[in-house]
Amino acid sequence: MKIKYCLGVALIACAFDASAAEYEIAQRNKAFAPVYLKIKVGDVVNFVNDDPFAHNVYSLSETKSFDVGSYPKGQGKQITFDKPGQVFVECAIHPFMKMKIEVTQ
Amino acid sequence: MTRRTTVAASFVVIIVCVIGTAVSAPNFNQAKVEQFQRLPQIVESPSNPMSPARVALGKALFFDPRLSGSQSMSCASCHNPSLGWSDGLPTAIGQGMSKLRRATPTIVNSAYGSVFMWDGRKHSLEDQALGPIQAKDEMNMDMTILLERLSTIKGYREMFDHAYPGEGITPDAIAKAIASFERTVVSTNTPFDRWRRGEQRAVSDAAKRGFELFLGKADCVACHQGFNFTDEGFHNIGVKTVDGMKDDDGRYEQLKLRGMKGAFKTPTLREVALTAPYMHNGIYTTLEEVVDHYDRGGDVKDNLDISMRPLKLSTQEKIDLVEFMKTLTSERLEFAVPRLPQ
Repeated sequence: MKIKYCLGVALIACAFDASAAEYEIAQRNKAFAPVYLKIKVGDVVNFVNDDPFAHNVYSLSETKSFDVGSYPKGQGKQITFDKPGQVFVECAIHPFMKMKIEVTQ
Repeated sequence: MTRRTTVAASFVVIIVCVIGTAVSAPNFNQAKVEQFQRLPQIVESPSNPMSPARVALGKALFFDPRLSGSQSMSCASCHNPSLGWSDGLPTAIGQGMSKLRRATPTIVNSAYGSVFMWDGRKHSLEDQALGPIQAKDEMNMDMTILLERLSTIKGYREMFDHAYPGEGITPDAIAKAIASFERTVVSTNTPFDRWRRGEQRAVSDAAKRGFELFLGKADCVACHQGFNFTDEGFHNIGVKTVDGMKDDDGRYEQLKLRGMKGAFKTPTLREVALTAPYMHNGIYTTLEEVVDHYDRGGDVKDNLDISMRPLKLSTQEKIDLVEFMKTLTSERLEFAVPRLPQ
């Protein structure tokens, strides 16, 4: 597994908060990779479309509700998670694509 | 052979190769087309394993008009095996000859689905089966009355006992039996499948070129993916509302995200030549009209899927795409309707 996709591996320190980390979730073969991620409040997750067709990413969870629209191959969308709790993330285009992010203090 | 004749012969070979590239079958990247190979077997539900008794019961229920409030409509009234397991109508006809707002999807290969109905409101075949039976504007059947009705029929009592021993005649058993039958309705040996297995003459050169367009310039594969030619996903492809009909929000009715407004589930292309009219509202009567729609990049541009764009297809390319889609038709779909239990 490439390092950039390893669960829990922080890639880039946030410029505005030395303690915040950035993670990457791939959307590949119509699945999130990984399907579970544990992060801390303030961390940033970059959802990157590795498929040759459009994806979406959204959540209607109380902890974090968002919808970034759809985007093509190679593009990514960043989301900052600012509250602790569980966030269930899906692709609106392909509803069988699901993952969970656990945000801790 | 002299040097001059060798050069001349080589030139002829080059000419033949160039002409061959222009008018006959393209070569495909094997890895790119592997996704379209047939799945080896029917998919079963772990919670509802198939058996001959369950399929037979489901088949009887599927064709039985006693499952409707008026006792005049069965599942097969709309999902007619003679019409590609659809109804040949722009939109379905329901209770009291009422015209419904959406087209009847084929049930062919529904076994491979992960989400059902144009708006994806059902999540399994079992979940889906009871919906149209009970819907007021479809079969309009009260479940309590249905259970009583089936319980008075000796043949059904025996079939339920045999298929689901000890469960009785319940909504759950009805749903499971119908789903079991539907899982047997699969496309069979199509010319496309035979071609992909190596039978080069199974499809025309036009169809082969159409498949290349499907994968490339026309980018149909952005949504029509895999063996069943669907991504099981939802897209707004810019279909106009039919005159006299209300706008249809599609998937947005189930999922309130802006991108889902006007989005509908990608249908399978298997047996597509048998399932006209096309689109969720049956607006097109021919595959040629469908290809023209995509060539225009859709008609309603608001909230259009980002994959949609004008394709600039030539007349020949449009013909080739249609020829390709016709190769997804099973060679024979003979089917024996059941004698209903008494």
